[in-house]
Amino acid sequence: MSVLIFADQAQGKIKKVAFEAIQYGAKVAAQTGTTATALVLGEVDAAELSALGNYGVTKVLYAADSRLNEVESGVYTKIIAAAAEQEGADVIVFPHNFDGRAVAPRVAARLKAGLVSGAISLPDTANGFVVKKSVFSGKAFANINITAAKKVIAVMPNTFPLEKTDAAASVTPFSPAINDADFKVKVSSVQTVSGEIPLTEAEIVVSGGRGLKGPENWGLVEDLAKVLGAATACSRPVADSGWRPHHEHVGQTGLTVRPNLYIAIGISGAIQHLAGVNGSKVIVVINKDPEAPFFKAADYGIVGDAFEVVPKLTAAIKQLKS
Amino acid sequence: MKILVCISKTPDTTAKIAFTDNNTKFNEAGVQFIINPYDEWYALVRALELKETLGATVHLITAGGADTEPIIRKALALGGDEAFRINTDSQDSYFIAAQIAAHAQQQSYDLVLTGKETIDYNGSAIGGMVAELLDQPFISIAAKLELNGTEATVNREIEGGEEILKVTLPLVVSCQKGMAEARIPNMRGIMAARTKTLTVVEPVAADTLTAIASFELPAPKAGVKMISADNVEELVKLLHEEAKVF
Repeated sequence: MSVLIFADQAQGKIKKVAFEAIQYGAKVAAQTGTTATALVLGEVDAAELSALGNYGVTKVLYAADSRLNEVESGVYTKIIAAAAEQEGADVIVFPHNFDGRAVAPRVAARLKAGLVSGAISLPDTANGFVVKKSVFSGKAFANINITAAKKVIAVMPNTFPLEKTDAAASVTPFSPAINDADFKVKVSSVQTVSGEIPLTEAEIVVSGGRGLKGPENWGLVEDLAKVLGAATACSRPVADSGWRPHHEHVGQTGLTVRPNLYIAIGISGAIQHLAGVNGSKVIVVINKDPEAPFFKAADYGIVGDAFEVVPKLTAAIKQLKS
Repeated sequence: MKILVCISKTPDTTAKIAFTDNNTKFNEAGVQFIINPYDEWYALVRALELKETLGATVHLITAGGADTEPIIRKALALGGDEAFRINTDSQDSYFIAAQIAAHAQQQSYDLVLTGKETIDYNGSAIGGMVAELLDQPFISIAAKLELNGTEATVNREIEGGEEILKVTLPLVVSCQKGMAEARIPNMRGIMAARTKTLTVVEPVAADTLTAIASFELPAPKAGVKMISADNVEELVKLLHEEAKVF
């Protein structure tokens, strides 16, 4: 019995969501009196591997195979299942990010493990193995009891603050038996916007709505985001009008974000938008309409013209930071 | 070409969320139900587009009681050819995936499409599980799907960008925005849907691996602190000293 954590990487760097999953898995192991092992698939900088000990694992299994640099869900599933068997793992932890969503359900089906995706609590083992998750797109929570002997938990990003230590982990090579023929899905190209903070990992998000009147005014949002080191996002009408790319759309049918700070500029706060952001720890709403429903979901609000308020806010933050 | 689209009945996006039976059941009273938007707008409509351009048979499958039939009829009205309802109230994703896989095995589909998640349980689980049970490739959260014979080109979302993937059918894909443009059923479709075949299938034996112990509603917000538009310095101070977010 032990805990295995899938430590997701991209371009040789372990993702922050993977640190969160590792820390979560290490806590589950401590809670159940067992050990936690992280599994890294694909080529990663050597320094990254032992540093995973910073988040609570003592052991890292490392499959340094360039064929694994990108996710092939079927191949990843075989390897993770083999690692789980080798380690005697009955709890397998994933980040609930894009890669986690591709692989965790496959692993759960293969191992006949009960799956909770988007976990926001550690398991409560007083009465079964109960994990809390957000449901109805953030409008409620469900406590799910995993009744199967094996459990797969996909941890909601930006939910568990990282508590870093200086501990290092031992790194053990892992050589799963996989053939070229197992790679049914082939990557023909990868396009990422470099230098941008991934929206789902961002600690601060600055988001704009129709109140900004047009894409030419997005400099306001970007300037504020820049001084805060924030990611930028938008409401659905903005993405639908083509003012901003769809991958910036947050809300019920877009991305769900859970940053420490969400600043909404010129967004009225339709229920579908709130569903995507109400996991944020602090919400600031700037809107010229005092009746905007978003104020009811906010922690701080300013009624005013975004074109006047936002540059002043950007300047004031710049001053504080200097 | 045979395509299976998995559809789920979910509360409308504006539905008020409440629970009954000591917070163990979703309160359906007064709730309008719809086809899960990801299933309808992206998975189903993309299947219909492929049917129109390449020629395909589009089957629909859902799991649920007789009360799911209105949403199945709507999916048929949009252009699905034939529907299957697995007669179960199970909410365990593995149990449902096992039902869909058992059906798909008999029918040998070239393509199985799901939405990227349902807007009620937000599991993102069915597509990956069905793919594993069928031992087929799976592409999650796809924004584009093109077919050239049996070769599929699929765009999959990743952090801050996308991957363009190539794979040979059969294939399971979970679909999101970008895949297709939402449609509204027309009168001819609605009339035709009445006579299309809807087969009720009793579930096959499968394990249930999870159970919902209870639901909770989020604690209400303490209330918003309003700050004057002339005093943004006050907001910066509160965010820095009180909320400590930067």
